[in-house]
Amino acid sequence: MIPACRLADIPRGESYRLETDPPVAVFHTEDGEVYAIDDTCTHQDASLADGWLEGCEVECPLHASKFNLRTGAVDAPPARLPVRTHQVLIEDGMVYVALSDAPPNLPPSCVAARLVGGMA
Amino acid sequence: MKTVAVVGASLAGLFAARALRKQGYDGRLVLIGEEVHRPYDRPPLSKEFLTGKVEEDALALEADGEELDAEWVLGARAVGLDTRERSVRLADERVVRADGVVIATGAAARRLPGSDGLSGVHVLRTLDDARALRDDLTRGGRLVVIGGGFVGAEVASTAAVMGLDVTFVVGGTAPLAGPLGAEMAAGVAELHADHGVRLVCGTGVRGVAGKGAAPAVVPLGLRGAAVSAGDGARGRVEAVLLDDGRSLPADIVVVGIGANPCTDWLEGSGVALDNGVRCGADGITSVPGVVAVGDCAAWYDPVFGTHRRVEHWTGAKERPAAAVAALLSGGTAPSGPARPPYFWSDQYGVKIQFAGHAARADSVTVEDGSPADRGFLAVYRRAGDPVAVLGVDRTKLFTRWRRQLATAAAQGGAV
Repeated sequence: MIPACRLADIPRGESYRLETDPPVAVFHTEDGEVYAIDDTCTHQDASLADGWLEGCEVECPLHASKFNLRTGAVDAPPARLPVRTHQVLIEDGMVYVALSDAPPNLPPSCVAARLVGGMA
Repeated sequence: MKTVAVVGASLAGLFAARALRKQGYDGRLVLIGEEVHRPYDRPPLSKEFLTGKVEEDALALEADGEELDAEWVLGARAVGLDTRERSVRLADERVVRADGVVIATGAAARRLPGSDGLSGVHVLRTLDDARALRDDLTRGGRLVVIGGGFVGAEVASTAAVMGLDVTFVVGGTAPLAGPLGAEMAAGVAELHADHGVRLVCGTGVRGVAGKGAAPAVVPLGLRGAAVSAGDGARGRVEAVLLDDGRSLPADIVVVGIGANPCTDWLEGSGVALDNGVRCGADGITSVPGVVAVGDCAAWYDPVFGTHRRVEHWTGAKERPAAAVAALLSGGTAPSGPARPPYFWSDQYGVKIQFAGHAARADSVTVEDGSPADRGFLAVYRRAGDPVAVLGVDRTKLFTRWRRQLATAAAQGGAV
């Protein structure tokens, strides 16, 4: 479990980017649910924490693919692969994230950057 | 409804089919496409597909294992709609009967009169167009891009990055001057010079010249007049002739001068046409049981009080859900306010994003960054109210503004 942030730091409708490798986006929906998914869109290097949160979906800020926060599934191209979802625990006002041990679906540009030594 | 035919199998047609199933339609579903290909994504065709970074299989719009329980009729052009018999006639004489029809036939690239049959002259709309252009670009040489829209600006960018010698000819004051407004478009246009592209603005194109069996100069005659195209190959393009008398040497020419709605097949059907299929804000056409979506549809735009075709990817993706709801309910489904139009363009690695209507603005101000740094956010206002926003490498801030515009529109604002 990684401590991410205080729940009070993410108002409803907002997000928090956790600088893990690869980074994780934590979303607090308008309905009060908290979800964590990989922050990087599976299509291109875009931060989903910067995206448009609507209901239980976040739309990539660049090319409008929508990811389901519960399942990680994507609705439409240009992204074709899901993002990983991570388990969230809230205790004493702190948000904790348990990182998935599945391999991430990073976009090609990020995979290349990692191969030459870390995220760009 | 027992059978619905979706005529057009690209983004809008596929999303209409998905919306039908999602909204509970369980009858027969027929998807008719003029191209032989399954639905594919077009935006990469002017960008990563040309460089080879994205291959054809990555363009597929359908998810792996997606099952729409539909009959696919591909490589079949629709040539007629009989609204009394309720049937779609195809070029190969086949007839598809359907109670409900979704028109999603899109638009076709305009060609430069007199350039047909001259090799090296390209338009870019379809996968086949993109394959041909990619093959030519890979060989290198001098490229002249004609037309300052998205296709032109993106092909100029892609080809410059690929190392070609690029000249970009634009009739207006700057590329994208229409969608972005002249002032901001001028700032964005600096990207081309930054990357060694020669930008030639404010001049029209008189014609193209070729070598080989063809006449050396192909006269265009009066602007807009039809010129007989000649048949078969007429040699290869050699130069682009400008209105101001200049001649630009060219090995490859890309013509990006817009697209015409594919509505010829609806002439005489009773479906009202007016630069596209005239339809309400919910996609309902003049004929009951027939709706229109995507680039061929001229939706009623309550902001402007007119019918307009908005040829953006996001519109083709988002609007079919409302049109299908209207089709299935016979027009009684309430239709929510549409989001303000949104588009993006990737040029030289820079993310250009725009939402709203520049044409409605009476002022525009840069609120973050600066055009000189090639990274900024600009807000367009009318009588003090935001009506549009432009982001150049300002993804996060842009998304906040885009949401704000959508919220204002949903509350009946002026966006």
